[in-house]
Amino acid sequence: MYLKELCELNGISGNEKPVRDFIVEHLKQQVDEYKIDKIGNLIVRKQSSDGLAGDTETKRAPVVLLAAHMDEVGLLITEITGEGFLKFATVGGIDPQILISKTVLCGNNIPGVIGCKAIHLQKREERKQTLSINDLYIDIGAGSKEEAEKNVKIGDYVAFASEFAEFGSGLFKAKAFDDRAGCAIIMEIMADRYPCSLVGAFTVQEEVGLRGSKVVSNYVQADLAIIIEATAARDTTEKREEEWVVELGKGPACSLMDALTIYKPELIARISDLAREKGIPLQFRRGTAAANDAGNLHLAGSGIPSITLSIPCRNIHSMNSLISKQDYENCLALVRLILNKCHTLI
Amino acid sequence: MDLYRNSLELAQEIITQLSPAWGVSGYEHTLKPVLKDIFNRFPVEITDDFRGNLYIQKNGNQNTQTVMLAAHQDEIGLMVNYIDSLGMVHFANVGGLDQRTLLNQEVVIHSREAVRGIISLLAKEKGVSSSKSILLEELVIDTGYSAEKVAELIQPGDIISIVRRPLTLLNQKIAGKALDDRAGIAVMAVCINELTRINHRHRVVAVATVQEEVGLRGAVTGTERLKPEIAVAIDVTHAQTPDSKAQVNNQLGKGPVLALGPNINPQIYQGLKTAAEENHIPYQIEAVAGPTGTDARVIQLVGEGIPTGLLSIPLRYMHTSVETVSLGDIVDSGKLLAHYIASLPEDLEELSCI
Repeated sequence: MYLKELCELNGISGNEKPVRDFIVEHLKQQVDEYKIDKIGNLIVRKQSSDGLAGDTETKRAPVVLLAAHMDEVGLLITEITGEGFLKFATVGGIDPQILISKTVLCGNNIPGVIGCKAIHLQKREERKQTLSINDLYIDIGAGSKEEAEKNVKIGDYVAFASEFAEFGSGLFKAKAFDDRAGCAIIMEIMADRYPCSLVGAFTVQEEVGLRGSKVVSNYVQADLAIIIEATAARDTTEKREEEWVVELGKGPACSLMDALTIYKPELIARISDLAREKGIPLQFRRGTAAANDAGNLHLAGSGIPSITLSIPCRNIHSMNSLISKQDYENCLALVRLILNKCHTLI
Repeated sequence: MDLYRNSLELAQEIITQLSPAWGVSGYEHTLKPVLKDIFNRFPVEITDDFRGNLYIQKNGNQNTQTVMLAAHQDEIGLMVNYIDSLGMVHFANVGGLDQRTLLNQEVVIHSREAVRGIISLLAKEKGVSSSKSILLEELVIDTGYSAEKVAELIQPGDIISIVRRPLTLLNQKIAGKALDDRAGIAVMAVCINELTRINHRHRVVAVATVQEEVGLRGAVTGTERLKPEIAVAIDVTHAQTPDSKAQVNNQLGKGPVLALGPNINPQIYQGLKTAAEENHIPYQIEAVAGPTGTDARVIQLVGEGIPTGLLSIPLRYMHTSVETVSLGDIVDSGKLLAHYIASLPEDLEELSCI
């Protein structure tokens, strides 16, 4: 399993190189070809088990596109203050509230902390208000602006300092499951051959507006696209079950509709039947908010029938996200099943 | 004692060992072996009391009178108060804590076994403004266990501590949890290390006090037990940050902060200041207009009144898990205390006459 290593790499949107290098390093012997496009997406290809290339006109094996994004949310240094503190912006959707009293790694692994004014110094009213990004800054211990500038520069990316760990009963804890979980699954899939030709798209800049997959959609063609994602689970609030969206441990979540894609009901029904027949748990994503790379990929060329399978994830976009190991494995099993049965789906 | 010629290394080692260790107010027992391990390297006698105060005694040449040093070992934390039907653990604070520093923080619940957890936010009620800060009641600890397993493992009253490994920043600065006041304990260790090679007359008893964060309780009984002639409390004080410029003058890395004001015996303040000047140790001054928020506040009132001083270590982001101190300040504080102790007159009763 590549999940631990993938999650511990830092690859904030626009700076996916460490993740891409890792994937290339581990997949180059296992795939038939790979290329990196000009925005940084990594595309790998693997022929079908019967040796038919996806693009052969006559006896054509179906082509299945598997997509996951390499980037994660993080911070970007925007200013070094006169006293050597670092001001920053968020890259992707981060609730600033999670940053307070946390540790980070800036640029070339310079450790830093994000604190806040001590409770003793706050007025009662201050503590009732949320702190915004403008109130926060990173402290790397620099004694002056000059010293800070020797260690970091404006435009450096900042990642959450966080380690992967086993957690509770059968959970994993880490940052960046969104979407290294998807990357890890596609990497595992690429070790084998299937009765379809595979195109693996490891995309960039998903968290800042699905920008990598827009480029992929300009040149990729496929008969089916499977987008493998992580999605927010809010299943820890006892009284608000209608807002849980998905639950940990109930299997991968199949999207029905999100902000950019309406998934084909017939396709969903067939996949749902397939999962039920084989006893793989599957849940539906009970919500329509947010979007993912499917928004671009399902509109590629004359359109690609698409599904999104997501690993439910608590505290998504944070340093301490949680997923279920079983959900990960069931998602992998379901993707394998779909690839093996893709003739019946297309 | 050539082992610790380098006080900076000693300070770093102690902070690295003490900061991540657990010891929430009232539950400091897990710290005792760590503290004993730290102070056993010196020629000292270590005793404790039923409450958990640890007394580290370094004898002097004359040894008829006692100088008490006090730094508190306890840290702020949380306590389980309710477990809901999903197995999410609700909690209250122990000590003064800003709930806004807790979101998605990793913690350990000290139940029959140590259970790891992540603090998560409950769904907000509809219509709550996003500019209103989160409330303690809206936070729960997610252990990743089923409700049944949580009920089996955890019960209300279990104590919870924050997880943070210390992080070394630039300029020999170090960030972590509980540096308030484990940095003070490191100062006492540096001081004792220095006293192994400086002649001093008086018995020095360094006390790692308990329950400071919930009302300076350990220091009261500790001082009663010792009945010292004089005492110096060692605690942290706010160091200036960009958001506290109008409120704070002390600077991180500019040396120990000497307090003065009604809580402080003026002769002890003067003695510390003179020792700093004579030994070329940088120092800062903080005037506190009433009782300080440290063990000095209660030590001064024991018995017939104890002449009390206060030496503070500048610290940023107090009561967060990223409290930041300068190792240089810790070393300077320890050295200053040692030189001060060595400079004390033969009869400490002289200091009582204000």
